[in-house]
Order: sequence, then structure tokens, then C-alpha cells
Amino acid sequence: MTYLPNILFAIIFVTAIVFFSKNVMRLRRNIKLGKDVDVSDNKSQRWKNMAKIALGQTKMVVRPIAGLLHIIVYVGFVIINIEVLEIVIDGVFGTHRIGLNVLGASVYGFLIGAFEILAVLVLVSVIVFWIRRNIIKLKRFLSNEMTGWPKSDGNIILYFEVVLMCLFLIMNAADSSFQGLDTGNLISQHIVPWFNSMSPESLHFVERTAWWLHIVGILIFLNYLYYSKHLHILLAFPNTYYGKLVPKGQFKNSDAVTREVKLMMDPEADPFAAPAEDAPEAEKFGASDVADLSWVQLLNAYTCTECGRCTSECPANQTGKKLSPRKIMMDTRDRLEEVSKVIDANNGSFVDDGKQLLGDYISHEELWACTSCNACVEACPVSIDPLSIIMDMRQYLVMEQSAAPSDLNNMMGNIENNGAPWPFNQMDRLNWAQEQ
Amino acid sequence: MSDTLKVPTMAELFAAGQQPEVLFWVGCAGSFDDRAKKITKAFVKILNKANVSFAVLGTEESCTGDPAKRSGNEFLFQMQAVTNIEVMNAYEVKKVVTACPHCFNTLKNEYPGLGGNYEVVHHTQFLKQLLEEGRISMEGGQYKGKRITFHDPCYLGRANNVYEAPRELIKKLDAELVEMKNCKKKGLCCGAGGAQMFKEPENGSKDVNIERTEQALETQPEIIAAGCPFCNTMMTDGVKNKEKESSIAVMDIAELIATAEDL
Ligand code: SF4
Ligand code: SF4
Repeated sequence: MTYLPNILFAIIFVTAIVFFSKNVMRLRRNIKLGKDVDVSDNKSQRWKNMAKIALGQTKMVVRPIAGLLHIIVYVGFVIINIEVLEIVIDGVFGTHRIGLNVLGASVYGFLIGAFEILAVLVLVSVIVFWIRRNIIKLKRFLSNEMTGWPKSDGNIILYFEVVLMCLFLIMNAADSSFQGLDTGNLISQHIVPWFNSMSPESLHFVERTAWWLHIVGILIFLNYLYYSKHLHILLAFPNTYYGKLVPKGQFKNSDAVTREVKLMMDPEADPFAAPAEDAPEAEKFGASDVADLSWVQLLNAYTCTECGRCTSECPANQTGKKLSPRKIMMDTRDRLEEVSKVIDANNGSFVDDGKQLLGDYISHEELWACTSCNACVEACPVSIDPLSIIMDMRQYLVMEQSAAPSDLNNMMGNIENNGAPWPFNQMDRLNWAQEQ
Repeated sequence: MSDTLKVPTMAELFAAGQQPEVLFWVGCAGSFDDRAKKITKAFVKILNKANVSFAVLGTEESCTGDPAKRSGNEFLFQMQAVTNIEVMNAYEVKKVVTACPHCFNTLKNEYPGLGGNYEVVHHTQFLKQLLEEGRISMEGGQYKGKRITFHDPCYLGRANNVYEAPRELIKKLDAELVEMKNCKKKGLCCGAGGAQMFKEPENGSKDVNIERTEQALETQPEIIAAGCPFCNTMMTDGVKNKEKESSIAVMDIAELIATAEDL
């Protein structure tokens, strides 16, 4: 009987880890649906970017209030989770506060004291976050795409953190042997009086309950990540590592197009030659669905925190156009999740479900409203590039569907015929030099 | 005031066995748009005054393909690019200066992958360099103490991290540089980029250039300085929309310098 809690704990723990691993595998599979891109270059710069942007949160503090609060929650959350290590060991081996034995009272007390202070700071920050979202109603949390699940998700994460932090403090407060040490109970000692009237048995029961709820809560939270924008706590690291290194204005040149252009410019090539037997199938230009995007773009989609910094800087969005770069990222992820479900339902292979990213999620109107100004890219705290997806989808519209707005077709016709976007003759290009 | 502009072409110099220090890439707006042609001429006046050995491609120049690429027509872009690269490589071009940030960005970043490797600078960078080398001198004169705000072109600023060259030139004019609430990295687009210049905007509550002009007007400027022919058009339209064209001028940095020097 005495081993029952240990066994129960082990079962819960292993189940949670297995479930989490399954979702990690699914995540990996989905991201790999994207086209391959070579990002093996410039490793040192990539590590630096990751250290600066993800670990150092340099982009977060561009907005100082949100940035500071976020750093507190982030640091607090990471550090307090060191405590989870102890909880897991205690849970499996039936020990109690193993850290105390290993580290000695003074070090242990220092650590737990630091955790307690952080827990309070996290609590305060999370409450401010909640107020910003629900009472002050900051504009960037109110857009069309932020209704329904994304709105609830934002709040659920905050509730989770409040509950976990409270449980941590209650667990410490109700632990009479820990309180007896009188070190490290900086905050929890002030909660102890709440339990004064309790019998030692009830107090122990409170402590055990808080302990169990705390660890089960953390395991549930871990498994909640995959379904939530909170996934960014893991993916921000690879995403900033794989972020764009070249100047923001440099858009990639399509290799497939380069091959075609070379062929056209080659005087030796016979334009009427029948394609060779073994010629590869004609490549699809641009993107109409998630599998046409690169895996980095799909990783971007899973990393998006839905913070809306991109959208709030977007000139098109600011002037009432339908375009919202955040929605572009959320749509890409939602469509990818839909594709993932289709794959799961069909034994691992994708079967056309009659839907695609273009049209069913992202409209032409959104795509054509973009000025390619890079404000969204600059604003994103985790190096996401919504603009690259917009450009790939425009490329599909123009090169595969000839579906550009008519003004743009005229412009492109002019470039083709006169070498300028307006109907002027190339031979008149130097006339300005003679005009006074 | 000098009357005639000296605008040698690459073809002429090549025939004479000469190689200019720099190719001036004029761009489509600079060649054809009435407002932008004034910027082109102002820049050439400065080049002439400083005795810079330069040349243009003239009728051999063609659109870089930027608006085609940003519209999604990668094929047309690359056709334009390889054609231009062929011309420039034949003339053994090493260095290019342009007054258009879109040309600047495309030539500098997107041409190398297609075989066109040049040192590409924006005219504000080039002018700053001329100044530092003592090849032009600048006295504020008529701009002394004037409130000038600078609108960052997206393809110069965020796209390529050039923020200081134009600002330093404005300061050299002894003008009072006033910044808009959105400037440098956070600069707001004028609304022309991504081929928007060539189409009607999507439905919305406002045009982007109006929003940006309002930000500029908040600084109570006497002059809105720009470094891009498209921004120039957008901001000029915005100022007209606000019926402020009699009190606020929209000018390119090259024009500011040329007029300050009475060229
Ligand atoms: S690049 Fe496009 S989507 Fe991004 S901020 Fe600019 S206009 Fe908006
Ligand atoms: S793309 Fe970046 S800036 Fe935009 S909502 Fe997602 S995380 Fe925030």
C-alpha cells in the first residue's frame, strides 16, 4: 500500500510524457511537410540571434511595459520549474524535499526563497497581463482573429499560471516541517496563519493536495502547449535560430524560375523541343497551401504567440484594410493543423480535402493590401516573417493563376514591353537630360 | 546656375575607352515621372559640380523588376534582372549609385544571386561620402534653422538598415531635424511599396499616405524630406490632401542640397 502514491505518480508522469512526445512527433511531421530550405549557413550568427532574441528577449523590451512583465513571467517560470525536478524525484521515490538533504538547509532555503519571491512577481505580472487583455482591452488583443479560441487561449494560459503559482506557495505554507526550518519561506510564512486552526492531519492533507495538483497541473500545462500559442516557449528558440539573416529587403529568388529564364536566354536551346522523357514535372510556382511553403515558414506559424505586434505596426491594418500579418500566421497554423488531422485520419498520408490555405483561409484582398514594408517582420519578437508567406502566395496568384488586379497586369505588361512600369518608350529614357 | 547637365552614357565612355567611377542608375521614376525627374536632375547637378566621373545607361537601362517581383511575377523580375545584368557586366560596372531605394535594394540584394555583383549605394550614402571626402561642401544657407522631418523609405531603412546617411545630410544643412513619432526602424510606410504605387488601394478607412502625412504634420515641419521618388509622390499627394502645399514642401535630400548650393 505504501507504494501506491509512487506508482500512481509514475503512471501519471509517464502518461504525460508519452502524450507530450506524441505531439512533439506530430509537430515535427507537420513542419516537415514544408519544402526544404538550406539554413545550414552562418551558424555562429544563428546562435547569437537565438541567444539575443529568444533567451535575451531583446525584441520584447521594444515595448517596455509588456517587455518587462514578460521577462518576469519568463524568468520566473523557467526558474521555478527547477523545483519540478525535485517534485518528480520525490514523487517517484517517495522522498520528501530531497533537495533539502542534498543541498543542505541554507542553499535549499535560499533557492526556495528565491522561487517564492519569483512566484509572487509572476502572479502580479500575470494579473497585469489579464487586466490588459480583459479590462483595458488593448487594441492589439481585440482584432477579428482574436475572438473565440485564441481569446480563451490567452486567458487560459494566465489562469494556469495563477493556479500553479498559488499551489506552489500553499504547498510550502502547509508544509509544517518546511516552515519549521524557517528558511526559504519568505512569502509562504505569511500564508501559514490561514491554516492555524487546522489539525496537523488536515494541514498535511492540504499540503499533499497542493503538491499533487501542482505537479499534475504542470503536466497538463505541458500537454496543453501543442494546442496553444504558448508553444512559443519552446519554439521561439529554433525559430530565432532559423530566422532570416540577409537584409529584410532581400526576397529570395526562385531557383525554378532561374532555370526557366536561363533556358529562355540560351541561344542554343530549342524553344520548340519536346520536353525530355525524364524531365521533372513542371514545378508549381508560389504557394497556395501549406505544403508549398518552406518548413521554416511552417515553424514560424507554430511559433507565433499571437501577440499582434506585427499587426499593430502594419500600415495596411492601421488604415482599416483586411490584412493582418498575425492572421496570416494564425491561418497558416490552423490550416496546417487541419492538414495534420486529415493525415491522421488517413493512416499517415494526405488525401485532398478540397480545401487550401489560399481562399479558404487567406483571401486575395488581404494579400494585395500588403506594401511589403517589413514593419511586421521588424516588430515580431520571435523572428517570424509573415511577409514571405504573403509574397509566396502572390507569386502563386500571378504565376499560376494570372489573378493579379488589372492595374498590376497593366504595370507588368508595360515592364515587359517598354522596360518600365508605365507606358513610356525605352528609347525616351534619357530625354530628361535634355529637358530644362 | 549651370544650364546644361553633363550626362555621359556608358556607351559613350566605353567607346572613348573610359570607365566611370560610378554608374548612376536612374530608375523608371527618375527617368519618366515629372516630379522624380527633378530629383534626378538635382542629383546630376551635384555630381557635375563635384566633378564626379559617372555615367548613365540611358536607353540601355530597363526596369530592375522590383514591382514585378513584389507583385509576384518572379519570371518577369528575373528576365529584367538578367537583361540588366548582361548590360552592366558588359560595361564592367563595379559601383552603382541610385536615388531610388527600390532599385537600390534590388540591385544590391537580389541581383548578386543572378550574376550581378556590384557595390550599390543609395544617393544619400554617396552624397555623404562626397561630403566626407571634401568633394562637395555644404552650407545650410536658406535651410538654416528650418524644421525638416525625414520620412524613412521602407526599402532604405528597415529593408537595408540605412537610417543615418540622410539624417546627417539634413543636419549638415544646419536645419532642425524633427523626428516623427514613427521613425527609423519603426517608420511607417508611405503606402507605395510592394507595387501598391501601381494599383488602387484595397478598401479601408484611410489611405496609408494620409496616415503618414498626418504623422509628418504633427512635427510641424516646413519641409518633409524624402529619399525615394515614390515616397515623394505619396507624401506630396498627402500634403495636397491636407491643403498644406503652400506652406510645406516635400523635397528629396538631393534637391535640398542642390538648392542650398544654388545649383
Ligand atoms: S509587410 Fe505587409 S503585412 Fe507586413 S506590415 Fe508591411 S504591409 Fe503589413
Ligand atoms: S507574427 Fe510575431 S509579432 Fe505577429 S503575432 Fe505572431 S509572434 Fe506576434
